Amino acid sequence: MAEVTQLIHQYLRHNKKFPLVFCPGCGHGIVLGSLVRGVHALGLDKDDVVVVAGIGCSGRIAAYVDFNTVHATHGRALTIATGIKMANPELTVIAVMGDGDAFSIGGNHLIHAARRNIGVTALVLNNFIYGMTGGQCSSTTPEGAYSHTSPMGQLEAAFDIVELTRAAGAAGVSRGTVFHVKALDGLVADALTRPGFNLVEALTPCFTQYGRGNGFKNAVEMFKWLKERAVPLEAYEKLEDKSGRIPIGTFVRRDVPGLEARYAAMREKLREMKGGAA
Amino acid sequence: MSASSKGQNRVVVYPDWCKGCGICIAFCPKHVLAAGPDGKARVVAEDACVNCGFCEPHCPDFAIVVTPRAANGRNGRANGNGAPAAGQDAPESPEQPQQPAPKEPDKEEHP
Repeated sequence: MAEVTQLIHQYLRHNKKFPLVFCPGCGHGIVLGSLVRGVHALGLDKDDVVVVAGIGCSGRIAAYVDFNTVHATHGRALTIATGIKMANPELTVIAVMGDGDAFSIGGNHLIHAARRNIGVTALVLNNFIYGMTGGQCSSTTPEGAYSHTSPMGQLEAAFDIVELTRAAGAAGVSRGTVFHVKALDGLVADALTRPGFNLVEALTPCFTQYGRGNGFKNAVEMFKWLKERAVPLEAYEKLEDKSGRIPIGTFVRRDVPGLEARYAAMREKLREMKGGAA
Repeated sequence: MSASSKGQNRVVVYPDWCKGCGICIAFCPKHVLAAGPDGKARVVAEDACVNCGFCEPHCPDFAIVVTPRAANGRNGRANGNGAPAAGQDAPESPEQPQQPAPKEPDKEEHP
């Protein structure tokens, strides 16, 4: 397995500050590894890949990988990724966002990116909380969970990222966890090859801000929690008692051409019309 | 990566990158790793490693490398500056014969 770490080092910017800024036990580094392996599986040149990241802990991922990277403003990773993809459809564009970034601050951008099916891969790192800013509850904090802004338990219901993105019309929606990293590798690699807007939700534990307040003794317990709760989609559908279980796998897989492909087709059509008229 | 590779693997933890989160220690099926006095993972039973492939992709800090000893004696880094410890590896590592073998690969730093 030595090739795993060796491979990642080929894609890291070693002039950045290492070890990674993430807290001990944070799963973001594992998602970073999955992202690198997904890109490597496609055999893409580093210069043909663009990683756009928003603000938050997940935003640091863009600093570490040796692709073309943009560290966007809060919630606007998808807008910048949309612009890049429309300007140069040859590029593989990946938007790395946190749950707050994608679904609260940039929620509107996300549903519209899914609706228009821009050919961007969105990697949403869902840690159930605003980690970098100090542990405020986010739109994905589960009901009843403790956070610094919900000291008596979160009153609001959480977003189901998969259902929301599916309803918005995305071409591909899948969910993985950092414990099931081989499955996550597959989901990321699959999303990168598919046309249209593909979203991968990666559940990643945040022990520092979320776990400590919610009865987890250490980061390992959060990984065990993921191991117990996450069930492959096929097995989940057969479960009688679905409470507390999280389905993982591919939820939506539609063959929809990306916006950039439809735009190119329209441009071609207009050229023909103009050529015919002249 | 056959299932019967027990005792044929070299496990290296880079202490400079390890943050001591304990994921590798908790989930290693053969208890190859244990927490050191500083809380970071250290290799305690390298011969028990079966190269199951858990620790390497699950390390959030890319601090673990598992290499089959016989196939390629080097400890598996892209730039190749990790040479085998003397006497531990199969003789066939002709790529870098002039590289001095570090006595304690655990003390190495990442590039």
